[in-house]
Amino acid sequence: MTRSKSPAHEPESESEARRPTGATGMRLIVPLQGVVQGRGGLILGSLIPCALFYFFQLYLKRHRSPKPDSNPTSPSQSSSNLADLQRSSSRSNLSSRGSFGPVRVSSRASSIAKPNDSPYYIGLDKVSEDPYDRVHNPNGIIQLGLSENRLCFDLIEKWLLENMKDSVIGTEGGDLSISGIAPYQPCDGLMELKVAMAGFMSQVVGRSVSFDPSQMVLTSGATPALEILSFCLADPGNAFLVPTPYYPGFDRDMRWRTGVELIPVHCRSTDNFILSITALDQAFNQTRKRGIKVRGILISNPANPAGNLLPRETLYNLLDFAREKNIHIVCDEIFAGSMYGSEEFVSMAEIIDTEDFDKNRVHIVYGLSKDLSLPGFRVGVIYSFNESVLVAARKLTRFSSISAPTQRLLISMLSDMRFTQAYIEINKKRIREMHDLFVAGLKKLGIKCAKSCAGLYCWVDMSGLICSYSEKGELELWDKLLNIAKINVTPGSACHCIEPGWFRCCFTTLSREDIAIVIERIGKVAETCKISS
Amino acid sequence: MTRNQQHLLSKIATGDGHGEDSPYFDGWKAFEVNPFHHTKNPNGVIQMGLAENQLSFDLIQEWILKHPEASICTSEGVNNFRDIAIFQDYHGLPEFRNAVANFMEKSRRNRVKFDPDRIVMSGGATGAHEMVAFCLADPGDAFLVPTPYYPGFDRDLRWRTGAQLVPVVCESSNNFKVTREALEAAYEGAQDANIRVKGLLITNPSNPLGTILDKETLRMVVSFINEKSIHLVCDEIYAATVFSTQPDFISIAEIIQEEIECNHDLIHIVYSLSKDLGFPGFRVGIVYSYNDAVVNCCRKMSSFGLVSSQTQYLIASMLSDDEFVNKFIAENAISLANRHKVFTEGLAQVDIGCLKSNAGLFVWMDLRHLLKEQTFKAEMELWKVIINKVKLNVSPGSSFHCSAPGWFRVCFANMDDKTMDVALTRIVAFVHQNKETTVPMKKKCWQTNLRLSFSSRRVDDIMMAQCMMSPHSPLPQSPLVRARN
Repeated sequence: MTRSKSPAHEPESESEARRPTGATGMRLIVPLQGVVQGRGGLILGSLIPCALFYFFQLYLKRHRSPKPDSNPTSPSQSSSNLADLQRSSSRSNLSSRGSFGPVRVSSRASSIAKPNDSPYYIGLDKVSEDPYDRVHNPNGIIQLGLSENRLCFDLIEKWLLENMKDSVIGTEGGDLSISGIAPYQPCDGLMELKVAMAGFMSQVVGRSVSFDPSQMVLTSGATPALEILSFCLADPGNAFLVPTPYYPGFDRDMRWRTGVELIPVHCRSTDNFILSITALDQAFNQTRKRGIKVRGILISNPANPAGNLLPRETLYNLLDFAREKNIHIVCDEIFAGSMYGSEEFVSMAEIIDTEDFDKNRVHIVYGLSKDLSLPGFRVGVIYSFNESVLVAARKLTRFSSISAPTQRLLISMLSDMRFTQAYIEINKKRIREMHDLFVAGLKKLGIKCAKSCAGLYCWVDMSGLICSYSEKGELELWDKLLNIAKINVTPGSACHCIEPGWFRCCFTTLSREDIAIVIERIGKVAETCKISS
Repeated sequence: MTRNQQHLLSKIATGDGHGEDSPYFDGWKAFEVNPFHHTKNPNGVIQMGLAENQLSFDLIQEWILKHPEASICTSEGVNNFRDIAIFQDYHGLPEFRNAVANFMEKSRRNRVKFDPDRIVMSGGATGAHEMVAFCLADPGDAFLVPTPYYPGFDRDLRWRTGAQLVPVVCESSNNFKVTREALEAAYEGAQDANIRVKGLLITNPSNPLGTILDKETLRMVVSFINEKSIHLVCDEIYAATVFSTQPDFISIAEIIQEEIECNHDLIHIVYSLSKDLGFPGFRVGIVYSYNDAVVNCCRKMSSFGLVSSQTQYLIASMLSDDEFVNKFIAENAISLANRHKVFTEGLAQVDIGCLKSNAGLFVWMDLRHLLKEQTFKAEMELWKVIINKVKLNVSPGSSFHCSAPGWFRVCFANMDDKTMDVALTRIVAFVHQNKETTVPMKKKCWQTNLRLSFSSRRVDDIMMAQCMMSPHSPLPQSPLVRARN
């Protein structure tokens, strides 16, 4: 199997491997030439390091192969990888076809060609095979693994009926202009949409913060927004530090095509999974020792899956840290509007506004998939204070632009600030109601959740139910929940959580009755776990 | 930005892989600052460098008005709103894929069948090309591309992927046909330079030539790629802009349906609705591959450029309407044929010939006889004259990596009839003037300073203000002259 020629995309260990064998090679040739005089010595001296090198490569291949496959394939929790029979059938086609013969695809393609046994994929497949429906399939599997919000569609539908009657494709006024939306548009989004989006983001994070539309780049979803930033801020082989647990989609969005690495910075339940600068510093130094250049820190605030908020203090410390190490901060604030707790959300934009920080390092990612429940419309935002990043990102949006009819629709919707303000308030209220119901139900079962106040999910501590306090134990419980309780939740190991037993459970696609059923099912499994332990 | 801060960005961000620093900027800039308008600016520059189809908007507008249920924003369609709004599955709506497959079949006169499960979405054809390159090539690998070719390939296939393009030189002496010898020469050249060739990229119908690859050439290409065991990426984005059946368009899908020996895993088609339907703003790009691994990989990669579900839903309705699709394909062809005739006949009257073509939204104009000398320098000089004196933004052949100087691509479908008349008048006037005066053109000072510093912030602001994007221009934005039918 041939390897790619360019060293840029080769994993670290391979280049490291070359160095020692080269050195030992020299150390062998010289004395061998002394022992076995003349040409014989030369030949032996050349053969032995080659043989060593060959065997070393074989050893590496055997021990390295499982790793790169699992990570790029674990998709986002709340991404387009919805339960679908077709996807699993195309995968089985793949394995039945056998080898591809002499025709090869790129290493990026072949890394995901093999079927994936990540619990996340298995869960999704199972739900698609047997989806719960209150009427038609009451014994089906209930989906708690996708962070989607179905609580407020009625509000949007009502708005559409009141406002979009005359315009069939979401354009305003009576003058239908397909010629206004069909032609080429600026790839980083219409200015009118940027203005409307700036206003909306302001409402979401708190009126005191204002966003400048000219610092915005619009993309077809937060997924490409993250990838574009990764392409702009780091070269292949560089790394970002990411606090754990983190959204599994980062592994794909930041790493897959960019060749960039993600270095986990583990957070503890004792800190309520809030990042400690000490841990960050340690991770930075360890990474540097391995010869990897750290280009930035990637944080989610509000956090996914833990659902907590970063306190003001931590944000200040992060900025200080970034300045000291001369690195970037990418802040994913996609859940900013999905708050249900009483804590105050502090956006990075607010911190930057008020203090005299080096703004060039800060880049915010946002989108409408969570706060406005429009994941299908593919609307993402890069908000940066760095002009050079904006210039580069704008050019890159040609690969990921928002569809024009969607832009027009959103210009109308987001400009109606009365509607958006009401929507944000009602949405928070409904999320809170669901959250309280769910958490109360779990409490009755003796199951605690992490203290959280945002997101469409709870970060649930089921470590009391697992038999062995390990990833294996966690996955066994996950399997029981999937196949016996028939609920699909996301295990903490998929989010790189260092403490076993944590599960992310999304509750905003459920109705109140569904929640009761979920709690009941968990209860049954909890009983069996307690009996067996 | 300080040097220290400059180092904070990646090579991709700070490099010039975006291709926007080329001298072809000048034409777009000239149009930007002085765009033609019938009444407000009748002496402005007419945009003839943008391959866009504005001739059939009325058909689409009519359909949309008649079918409010196709939009999820109307009372007729709002019932589907929540399911569509939440739908982000990278497989795409099944109705959408079925409708696209249907349209692709119809624009190939139903001579082939497309499997909707092999259709993968992407962010426009731009995104589709990049996605295919990511799937087929590792950094450093190369694609062979026959010249002249669409300049956007330099960016789309190479910028973030790290792939290379190796030109396959086609000569004007045989109408730029792709020959076996040229393919072999390019392939061997790459081998000698130690470059691994991963695939061959052809555009059929061709951009910028507007010609159709004939059966023998297609068969030759298929046998070539099978011999060398390399992929074939066939960009068929202009498939439905074929306005006459002399010769008829043959899709690569047809060729491999025949008895020909071909490893289907090597065949991939890139498509989009930007040219055929005139919907570039919708960002609907399609990758159709006969290779399961590529479909699988592309599908996962499509997360970076999914088509908005709102758009998918609209397109699904529109393209499943067989009556509309048939009508559109037929009438669109007639409009294009008429416009092409008007333009080429107008040019012929002043002895300007074009490569004989029956597809695309442009002609490949032959101005070799107007060059002072047969060099690319002379071509650039002539081009500057056309932009500044004749006030037409056309695209010089060198920007398409053409092997011989003197050819220009001129787009005719992105304007109304009146503007077309004005453009022809100007060309006629210019040719007559040129014949009379033999005085060598003095380089005026305003001609030499056309290249603007790219780092100037004000330049960016002006560009943003005009706010239009086309993948063809080195300049990301350029306003359009809207067709007013």
